Amino acid sequence: MDTEYAYSVSMPIRHGLLALLERGPRHGYQLRAEFDTATGATWPLNVGQVYSTLDRLERDGLVEQDGSPDPDGRIAYRITDAGRSEVRSWFGSPVSAKAAPRDELAIKLALAVTTPGVDVVSVVQTQRTATMTSLQELTRLKVRAGADAGDLAWSLVLDSLVFRAEAEIRWLDHCEARVARAAAQRPVSTDAPVSPAPTAARR
Amino acid sequence: MTAPLLLLSGVTREHQQGDVVVHALRGVDLAVHAGELVAVMGPSGSGKSTLLHIAGGLDSPTTGQVFVEGRDLAQLSPAQLAAVRRRSVGYVFQDLNLLPSLSAVENVALPLELDGVRGGVARRTARAALDEVGVGALASRFPDEMSGGQQQRVAIARALVGPRRLLLADEPTGALDSSTGEEVLRVLRARCEAGAAGVLVTHEARHAAWADRVVFLRDGVVVDQSGPAAGVESLLAGGAV
Repeated sequence: MDTEYAYSVSMPIRHGLLALLERGPRHGYQLRAEFDTATGATWPLNVGQVYSTLDRLERDGLVEQDGSPDPDGRIAYRITDAGRSEVRSWFGSPVSAKAAPRDELAIKLALAVTTPGVDVVSVVQTQRTATMTSLQELTRLKVRAGADAGDLAWSLVLDSLVFRAEAEIRWLDHCEARVARAAAQRPVSTDAPVSPAPTAARR
Repeated sequence: MTAPLLLLSGVTREHQQGDVVVHALRGVDLAVHAGELVAVMGPSGSGKSTLLHIAGGLDSPTTGQVFVEGRDLAQLSPAQLAAVRRRSVGYVFQDLNLLPSLSAVENVALPLELDGVRGGVARRTARAALDEVGVGALASRFPDEMSGGQQQRVAIARALVGPRRLLLADEPTGALDSSTGEEVLRVLRARCEAGAAGVLVTHEARHAAWADRVVFLRDGVVVDQSGPAAGVESLLAGGAV
């Protein structure tokens, strides 16, 4: 139980903070505020969690301290190249339905939309393909369950997983449509991206 | 691996709308083998229906090639193309698949009779096709005496009657409730496992999941696919991407 909790909470925070640091150096209080804004405060962090996560990120070489403390004694952190590639690989990989709760997906999408240089459509598609693959596996299990006549309970459990996966895909379709509509309405962004990621193709 | 029953190679389709050229398909490669069910998903306007029409010879590509059972459709005369549509390809649409004035068995026998098969033989073949989709007992019913799911089974039987082995289905479960739709997909899947090749266009992920492979189409381009690798690259010189 404990390990599961530690995983489900700390992994997205870790990657979420890294994604925020792609915008430029930040200190802990800023990170906490921006994380709340990006995820609609559905997952409030306390500043202690933020700093302990930053410590671990620094230990792993994914962030480093940016200059000396400000007059209030707060230390800003900036992302390293290793940190950037960690963020890219997070956005590039689907959330496993087995290993993490779906909330990680919601948080990943929320941050993908607000992180410069991230191709949201391909983040969505990566997830859609992974979810479809597990939906296909579930359907194959259902076909087999249907062959063993009378296994109604198992078949209904499979159905619940099927409908959940389907809901996730419908939500992804919805996200993609919303992002496309927003992109069509918004004039070309004037925010200079902090990250070195390619942005030329964004219009 | 044997040759695919359906092969689309570098298929593009452009429509002229006033001064604007609409690119409905932009370089689609797709191979579907006997025994395989492939689903095509994508938002409206992504080119799904155009792809299906081109695969069945109802529309022709602007560039690229379409092979059905190894024959390049562009090289066929209109009469030969019509024969391919009668003998090789069957369609299942969302609704209005069956002629209301004909019984189930007459509906299924119709393409055979149009192809010159004699009445008695056509009816026996049609009867067997209805048995294969589990509605043999409804052979003499008229469409309005059958449920939506039963009608779709009859439509599948007709699409695969006689020598036909390529089934193109456009939202075949669109008008059905969830469990009836699933029964229809079960039949579709079983017919493919028995040797047919199926292409299923759908916007429902739960239905697409019955396929061996799911192809995602967006703005006329295949952006991704799930399931085992298509093997298209090995079939086409130069390959995709």
